[in-house]
Amino acid sequence: MEPQPRIGVYICHCGTNIAANVDVEQVAEFAAILPGVVVARDYLYMCSDPGQALIQQDIEEQGLNRVVVASCSPRMHEPTFRAAAQQTGLNPYLVEMANIREQCSWVHTDREGATEKAKLLVASVVAKAALLEPLEEREVEVTPGAVVIGGGVAGIIAALDVASAGFPVYLVEKSDHLGGRVADLNRTFPTLESVAELLGPLVERVQAHPNVTIFLKTQVTGVEGYVGNFEVAVDSRRVNEERVNEEGGMSSSTYSSSTSSTLAVGSIIVATGYDVFDPHRKPELGYGQYPNVITSLEMERRLAAGDLTGFPKPVRSVVFIQCVGSRDVQLGNPYCSRVCCMYTAKQSRLVRELLPEADVTVFFMDVRAFGKGAEEFYDEVRAKGVLYRRGSISEIIRRGDRVVLIGEDTLLGRPIDFEADLVVLAVGMEPRSDVSDLSTLLKLPRSSDGFFLELHPKLRPVDTAVDGVFLAGCCQGPKDITDTVAQAKAAASSALIPLLRGTVPVESATAVVDEEWCAGCGMCVEVCPYGAPALDPFWGVSRINAVLCKGCGACATTCPSKAIRLQHFTPEQIMAQVDALVGG
Amino acid sequence: MALKTERIAEQLELFGCIQCGKCTGGCPVARKTVLNIRSMIYHMLVEPELDAVFFKAHQELWDCTCCFTCVERCPKDVRPADLIIELRGQMVESGRIPETIGAALMGVFRQGNPTGIAREDRAAWTNGVNGVNGCGRAKVKVKAAQEGCEVLYFVGCSPAYDPRVQVVTRALVRAFAAAGLDFGTLGTEESCCGNEVRRMGEVGLFEMLVEENGELFRGVGASRLVTTSPHCFNTFKNEYGLDGIEVLHYTQLVAELIEQGQLEFSAPPLPPPAAGGGGGGGGVEKMVTYHDPCFLGKQNHIFDEPRAILKAIPGVKLVEMDRSRERSLCCEGGGGRMWAEGTNLEERLAFQRVHEAAETGAEILAVACPFCLLTLEDAVKVQGLDDRLQVMDIMELVDLALTKHGLGELTDQIPG
Repeated sequence: MEPQPRIGVYICHCGTNIAANVDVEQVAEFAAILPGVVVARDYLYMCSDPGQALIQQDIEEQGLNRVVVASCSPRMHEPTFRAAAQQTGLNPYLVEMANIREQCSWVHTDREGATEKAKLLVASVVAKAALLEPLEEREVEVTPGAVVIGGGVAGIIAALDVASAGFPVYLVEKSDHLGGRVADLNRTFPTLESVAELLGPLVERVQAHPNVTIFLKTQVTGVEGYVGNFEVAVDSRRVNEERVNEEGGMSSSTYSSSTSSTLAVGSIIVATGYDVFDPHRKPELGYGQYPNVITSLEMERRLAAGDLTGFPKPVRSVVFIQCVGSRDVQLGNPYCSRVCCMYTAKQSRLVRELLPEADVTVFFMDVRAFGKGAEEFYDEVRAKGVLYRRGSISEIIRRGDRVVLIGEDTLLGRPIDFEADLVVLAVGMEPRSDVSDLSTLLKLPRSSDGFFLELHPKLRPVDTAVDGVFLAGCCQGPKDITDTVAQAKAAASSALIPLLRGTVPVESATAVVDEEWCAGCGMCVEVCPYGAPALDPFWGVSRINAVLCKGCGACATTCPSKAIRLQHFTPEQIMAQVDALVGG
Repeated sequence: MALKTERIAEQLELFGCIQCGKCTGGCPVARKTVLNIRSMIYHMLVEPELDAVFFKAHQELWDCTCCFTCVERCPKDVRPADLIIELRGQMVESGRIPETIGAALMGVFRQGNPTGIAREDRAAWTNGVNGVNGCGRAKVKVKAAQEGCEVLYFVGCSPAYDPRVQVVTRALVRAFAAAGLDFGTLGTEESCCGNEVRRMGEVGLFEMLVEENGELFRGVGASRLVTTSPHCFNTFKNEYGLDGIEVLHYTQLVAELIEQGQLEFSAPPLPPPAAGGGGGGGGVEKMVTYHDPCFLGKQNHIFDEPRAILKAIPGVKLVEMDRSRERSLCCEGGGGRMWAEGTNLEERLAFQRVHEAAETGAEILAVACPFCLLTLEDAVKVQGLDDRLQVMDIMELVDLALTKHGLGELTDQIPG
């Protein structure tokens, strides 16, 4: 027979965060006489070491078998109090929290009312706590190894770090070469290093690494499994270069064969990069219409070749236009692309060197030179004679062999017509056009800008909503090579955690099916966002994979025969909470 | 009169402005007067109030043509032109407005049109729709929409009253008749659409027009409403809330009629083009360039239908100006400017525009807006280009082509 509940209730002041708006002593007195409650206390900071010790002491001395902490959101400190209980031998799932900060003291100013609400919240959690059941904490074995999707700088760095830690890495690249977009660049900012000298050795290292298997012209076609045990299906297409187009005599590439394989790994690193903004979407800038309006990437190739000839007129005036396709709400790209200010500074300086007689002008809205050495480089570029004028060019028209930039110099406060022989559009970054394919395969959420969404903007910048899947580089948002490498190394380090531990803990508060009641209708399979339930083809009932289940409860509420029960959120527990709240 | 800026800044969401200058940079009027909408927005953000002295000092607010280039270009979704309209509204309220603007508004209030000509004359354009000499086979009957029709044709003020634009109106109904379209008009019950009224800042009068016109339209029960002018089209489509009625500009409808084969230029064998073109029968052997009206192109992104019609006319060779489509240069006829000269009388954008058209080598500058027709035709004359460039509405070209194939009836004198 189940032992009688012996509940301890702990009301936190959270300094003055809660105590200022809630009479915590009164709440503790109220809690002390609730059914099953053995002890109720209030304390300045329950999450502090002495606060936790208080709980542990009560568990041991008063034989508590349930703990209720009324403080902040469980997202904040539930792990803290569960761990504290576990140290005394109490099952961590016998700890429950009442949120009297975010859902009470922070949002109310009426102290009396807030105190009454805090009492109700505590009463409802105490009612649930009496019905809590211990749950078993489980772990699963991890398949050693990682898949890295994308062979640009981010993917290469991440692959090298994971491989150097001693694990097999499968580096999957869609195109026929490694190096990604960086391979199209000439020099880096702000140090003007040669990209070829930077990238070449990096590619060689990853190609030579004994732990790295490289798949070129290969795409991910399916992802099954969960953290520690993923199965990544890839499809490689071999390009037949021999076929000759009869009419044109041109050699063309056709896909002639494809091979599929499945890679079993413990972690996945997504490093799929970005697309370059297509300035055809800003028709007023005349790109594609005037030969002397080019993109910054075209300028990179020109600068690499040291060739600024072949335009309608010899180049005497070069203009750079910033923020093309970035910081533009109308286009749906509200974000700053973070690299254009600095690559424009770099290019404009290189143009000064290549064409010392030419005027070089940069039209900008704001200059963002935020990286290490970046502001200094911007100073240097202006000292070299590059003229910065504030104003965003509104349109470009033709005048003879030149073009005219139509805009306003906002510092002069008047409209200007600016003639130029060459215009460079500083195009920004966009999410890849095929981003939704991978987003669907991996069930990876995206932020409103379309890039993949990190789990927390500050504290978990490389984690995703899917355990075991990590982000590196521009697939998460625009960034320069410096930040990309830093993030790639962070993603590699996070991806190594399950690989090095060898096992991963899995959620215990999962849904379970009572097969006696299950009619096999499959509605749970349809609603589950994680693919956890599946119908057993032989028995015709639903089976839930406890490792995939996140305990969201969608299946339990959907199940028409109430055969699914979400542990830790059972109907009895929820109803007890509701009764306590509405006085049923 | 002291205007608190904060309320307006909030209401128009001016706080999104980053002062990048794309609006003033793209503003065609800013290049000829002191109008600077970026600076005006900045005033709204940093000055607590604007007094009577401010308004008196900023008469250039009446220079804006409401072409909405600023709205189209703003990267932060601020609507700079809306501020001008709002500030004009303040001036209208205090009664400090140019005399000619006042007269136009009064005309709309009294007679339902900005010229102030009598309401009873609104259907006079139909005289001569079947030709002065009565020849031709298909008699065109312009029926009252109130009798019931599929398409309600909203004629508009200039197309109803202005003798030059009436030519276009008659050409349009002849094309409708040739296509067998079931259409009707509101006759003398039709009133001004209010598009320019709103842009001149007279919100109260505009709302009255929306209510009265909306009621009339719904009463007819037509599923489609077609306009001559892109200005009427714009306000019906975007500001009237005519749920259940599809609003079209005539270029959309005519392009559709051509595409569906209802309006055919069944070409007889073409003789070689006569010198000067157009005179030899068969096709309209002309080199034509097309000027995108702001209210059709920039503001409603209708770029392809007018071109589709021109391309369908046998013999027409369409050439593009450098500034076409999104970069079309405003003719300065919108936003009330048909009734107010603005602060710079010497330079006109229309002058610049007709030179751009002439540079293409085109003999005909085709338009799809009554205001563009009037402003550009005037500019061609003033600039002495009338020996090489003729301004025609697209419908006049259609009419010419239909007549040549015996389907329509060329009865109006095509100028030039």
